[in-house]
Amino acid sequence: MSKPLYTIAVTGLNAIDSPGPGLSVIRALQAATSFDVRIIGLSYETMEPGIYMHDLVDKTYQIPMPGAGTEVLFERFSYINAQEDLTFIFPNFDAELFNFIKLQDRFEEILNIKMVLPSLEQFEERHKVNLSDFGEKHEVKVPEAKLVFNTAQIADALKDFEFPVAVKGKFYDSKVAYSYNQAVTNFNKISAEWGVPILIQEFVHGSEVNVCGIGDGTGATLGAVPMRKLYITDKGKAWAGVSLDDQELMDITHKLIASTKWRGPFELEFIKSEEGEYHLLEINPRFPAWCYLTVGVGQNQIEALVNLGMGEKVPAFMKYDVGKMFIRYSYDMIVDMNEFEKISTTGEL
Amino acid sequence: MNIKRNLAISDSGFLFNPSTGDSYSLNPIAQQIFSLMKEGKSDGEIKARILEDYNTDSSTFEKDFYDFIGLLNNYKLLENE
Repeated sequence: MSKPLYTIAVTGLNAIDSPGPGLSVIRALQAATSFDVRIIGLSYETMEPGIYMHDLVDKTYQIPMPGAGTEVLFERFSYINAQEDLTFIFPNFDAELFNFIKLQDRFEEILNIKMVLPSLEQFEERHKVNLSDFGEKHEVKVPEAKLVFNTAQIADALKDFEFPVAVKGKFYDSKVAYSYNQAVTNFNKISAEWGVPILIQEFVHGSEVNVCGIGDGTGATLGAVPMRKLYITDKGKAWAGVSLDDQELMDITHKLIASTKWRGPFELEFIKSEEGEYHLLEINPRFPAWCYLTVGVGQNQIEALVNLGMGEKVPAFMKYDVGKMFIRYSYDMIVDMNEFEKISTTGEL
Repeated sequence: MNIKRNLAISDSGFLFNPSTGDSYSLNPIAQQIFSLMKEGKSDGEIKARILEDYNTDSSTFEKDFYDFIGLLNNYKLLENE
């Protein structure tokens, strides 16, 4: 029986030192056995490496920055869809998800493009700034945190914590502060890039363990792979990691997905304290940059998500290989100036 | 105290803890002791075997053996029976 050919658009082509998930998602799609795929890259900037990786990306279109709003985005996708007849979209950035969730129904009804995303309510309640309430509601331990909107509030917020503390942006970035002055410096750096509020969060000592998975929207976890970072960059990103055999972490994951009825991909970030307790740091409502490990351990969650979006019955993955590692590498491409010129001037390559 | 059930050691002495992702490298004697513990041998049986295989005395063995057990315990590689 011949396989269907899907045209799938993917954001997050920024395979840089703090990489977007796009290229891992694309590699997983190319490894899919249940469909063939044509990949449409979606870029925000002209230096995103994936734009120029023609063995992975068939065609790239620039799309408007999230701040441009949903109407401009819809208009751009109407154009892209007229050229490419898209089947499915993988938005891979936290900051763009709000717009895509808002447009999900219109994309499906008017453009016939599928996505599998959390609801707006799920997206909002797991937000870092709402994590304390989220932890209480879904009975999962989260570190204590205070929101600050300006530097004058930092001293007051720090009264409830011992140093070090984590200073975190609302979407991205996290820095550890060992003193009041460092907390102020971190606040200024992060707020300049990502805005306010900024989170001052209890620093839990331990090792970071993450889970990449998918929820079907009814409470079932269709796949979940736990990973421990083995090598962390100065931006806190995993440069190497290994799949774990951790039943307690799996139980917490299944319970959380059942409680939230999460729909779509997710990455759970936990700290396992020295006492062996798991503290949830973040829920990322998308696949992480290391999601290709799920393919490596026998769970192509990315392929499963597409099939879920296409309305197929997707059985839950029941096992994965433990002790499989991923190690990233960087690679210099040689790119002709006319390619750069084309994406810069026409917004397509 | 026993070696955790999900721990395995390769022929080269590489030990991987699948619960934490930590890995260790054991020298040949540690590897042998680890394997004997994994087989469920008692401290006395391990001692007899090492004294038979190596040119060492009982007190040196005991000092090093309990140091090793302390290390395994510290790395949370042991569990109660």
